[in-house]
Amino acid sequence: MTSAALRSRAWKLLEMVTTPLLPSDYLDLVSPLRAGADLRGRIEAVHPETSDAATVVIRPGRGWRGHTAGQYVRIGIDVDGVRLWRAYSITSPTDRQDGRVTITVKAIPDGKVSNHLVHRTKPGTLIQLDQATGDFVLPETKPAKVLYLTAGSGITPVMGMLRDIEFDDVVLVHCAPRPQDVIFRDDLHELVADKKLRLIEVHTDTDGRLDIGRLDALVPDWAERQTWACGPAGLLDAAEEHWTRHGVPERLHTERFRPTIAAVGDGDGGEVTFSTTGRTVDADGTTPLLDVGEGAGVLMPSGCRMGICFGCVTPLKAGTVRDLRTGEITEAEPGVLIQTCVSAAAGPCDIER
Amino acid sequence: MTAIDPTAHLTAEQIEELGRELDAIRDEVIADRGEKDAAYIRRVISVQRKLELVSRGVLLFSIFPPAWLIGTAGLSVAKIMDNMEIGHNILHGQWDWMRDPKIHSTTWEWDHVSPADQWKHSHNELHHTYTNVIGKDNDLGYGIMRVDEDQRWHPFHLGQPLWNFINACFFEYGIAAYDLELGKNLHKRRRKNPEFRARARAVGRKIRKQVLKDYVIHPLLSGPSFLTTLAATFTANLIRNLWTHSVIMCGHFPEGVQVFERRSIKGETRGQWYLRQMMGSANISGSKAMHFMTGNLSHQIEHHLFPDLPSNRYAEVAVKVRALFEKYELEYVTGPLPKQVFSAWYKVFRLSLPNKKPKVKKPDRGQELVAA
Repeated sequence: MTSAALRSRAWKLLEMVTTPLLPSDYLDLVSPLRAGADLRGRIEAVHPETSDAATVVIRPGRGWRGHTAGQYVRIGIDVDGVRLWRAYSITSPTDRQDGRVTITVKAIPDGKVSNHLVHRTKPGTLIQLDQATGDFVLPETKPAKVLYLTAGSGITPVMGMLRDIEFDDVVLVHCAPRPQDVIFRDDLHELVADKKLRLIEVHTDTDGRLDIGRLDALVPDWAERQTWACGPAGLLDAAEEHWTRHGVPERLHTERFRPTIAAVGDGDGGEVTFSTTGRTVDADGTTPLLDVGEGAGVLMPSGCRMGICFGCVTPLKAGTVRDLRTGEITEAEPGVLIQTCVSAAAGPCDIER
Repeated sequence: MTAIDPTAHLTAEQIEELGRELDAIRDEVIADRGEKDAAYIRRVISVQRKLELVSRGVLLFSIFPPAWLIGTAGLSVAKIMDNMEIGHNILHGQWDWMRDPKIHSTTWEWDHVSPADQWKHSHNELHHTYTNVIGKDNDLGYGIMRVDEDQRWHPFHLGQPLWNFINACFFEYGIAAYDLELGKNLHKRRRKNPEFRARARAVGRKIRKQVLKDYVIHPLLSGPSFLTTLAATFTANLIRNLWTHSVIMCGHFPEGVQVFERRSIKGETRGQWYLRQMMGSANISGSKAMHFMTGNLSHQIEHHLFPDLPSNRYAEVAVKVRALFEKYELEYVTGPLPKQVFSAWYKVFRLSLPNKKPKVKKPDRGQELVAA
């Protein structure tokens, strides 16, 4: 018998010993970051960058496959006992000696996860991780001239790139309200002092928002550069239009942090899609989605029909729903399940059924 | 309905007001639910797993009597924790709000021969929706016993103290059979129903795994302690079964608990549903440890009002619920475990015989309720 077959036999035996749990349920108690476990990470430190941004140092589990500069990672962290998932750009270089990775988080107003990470997270916290992903990365062959165009926390994937690969000719145009709001300002100025970077800071509180037309003056040869841009949708929309108008759209690479913002409805309901069966119906804001689905002829799991038995829980793939008992709005996120018997559409939504 | 309706003094408006007050209690807990609650269930799960591991480890040497005693006691407690505070409550969806897929009603499996999904249907859906409604709630005597005067007597019931004792010893198998609705489904025609057969196969698989673990693999791993480990796991399962059976009997069987007729729940309002849960359940009083070992089902009344609230919150909710019982002049049935167990068993014995003449019984009962 091969060793792999032996191992699988031994594992089967172990499963018999631990049934109805799995051996991993017990191993997770002592070694949550081991090879073979669900990918997790442990937060080892949180370093403030500005008054509302911090860099979080994460020791990833053994299953971590590394990242490419510019990529992001989805993390799942428990905030007030509820697991929430968010994506953050990785800001550490790919060759960091101790194997740790960092993300840099800017606390956005009312942001549950970002405020938790910046202001309240304690070292030692265990988080869930996905493998790094994203195609906002540099090409294999080095471009001769590079332009980075960023605003606010849009600097984070670019910082990952700047720390990872050096270019002969690289310009960064970065927008932030005030000098003290510039994340990584010291690191950036060090790069400038070492002549590794030309930096143009735009302070929007005094200079006003960056008018993309000003690029001609700030970086006269912008059209010849391969450009990576990351920031709010307004800036990226303007950039895309500008690059297209000048006939060089292929030289612009953009990263949008929030590609689609879920529209929170006004309680008037919306179009409900049952994506597995491919049915779409209009629903008002007061009819339980269970009834809506059944009315549309979709086979819905159901139970007590009064929010007690959880026999009807179904994944919410997109959109928002309202709990008919509390009025609480739930937005679609990976892993979010809703009780269809007490939830109504709070806008367009997609139920996996 | 019982002879004298203990809720007759309440107007329809009062009942709806009561419902609103209970909703407010529920909303308060939900608004406050958070990190501490999540930490609680994680800690309980972690302690249970460690206790089970250590106990089974000790039992590898159960050939030595002290090891047998410690290991058996530890494993009994671990199994009770798994079934009561952890399994029962997670399967109610009490911790689904954490969005942790590993501590979720849709993924949890427990140390029990009834597969989680079948139990969720018979317990969460049928029992909790139709609590104490004769003919709808099979928990009322589990279909093998008569536990209320209004249930029809049959000579079969003469043996019910014995059936109940046997059921207590093998309670998890009783539950599995009950979830399968075995009595109803063993009729020739129903036996062939593919849906029933699939569910029966699932139970068979679960039993095989559980028995293999407890009575084959684990004793084999113990080598020279084979027989003592076998005896230890059998004892632990027996203790767990007797304990859970006692706790569950106390939930709905003690004197003072009401049952309801099928037609009484037609068009039931939320307030009326709440009222039925209040009158159909009974609590067990006692220490914190006692509440923990019953999986907080000692707060059966609160659990029936709010089956999906985290179990660690029932104690604080009970204070407010009890105040509402007083406000609306209703009887809050509670008592220490021995008293409630005795009361429930007494009823099992008493109702194994046909009813006495109603003239004697009914005023008695009315007085008892009014007095309370």
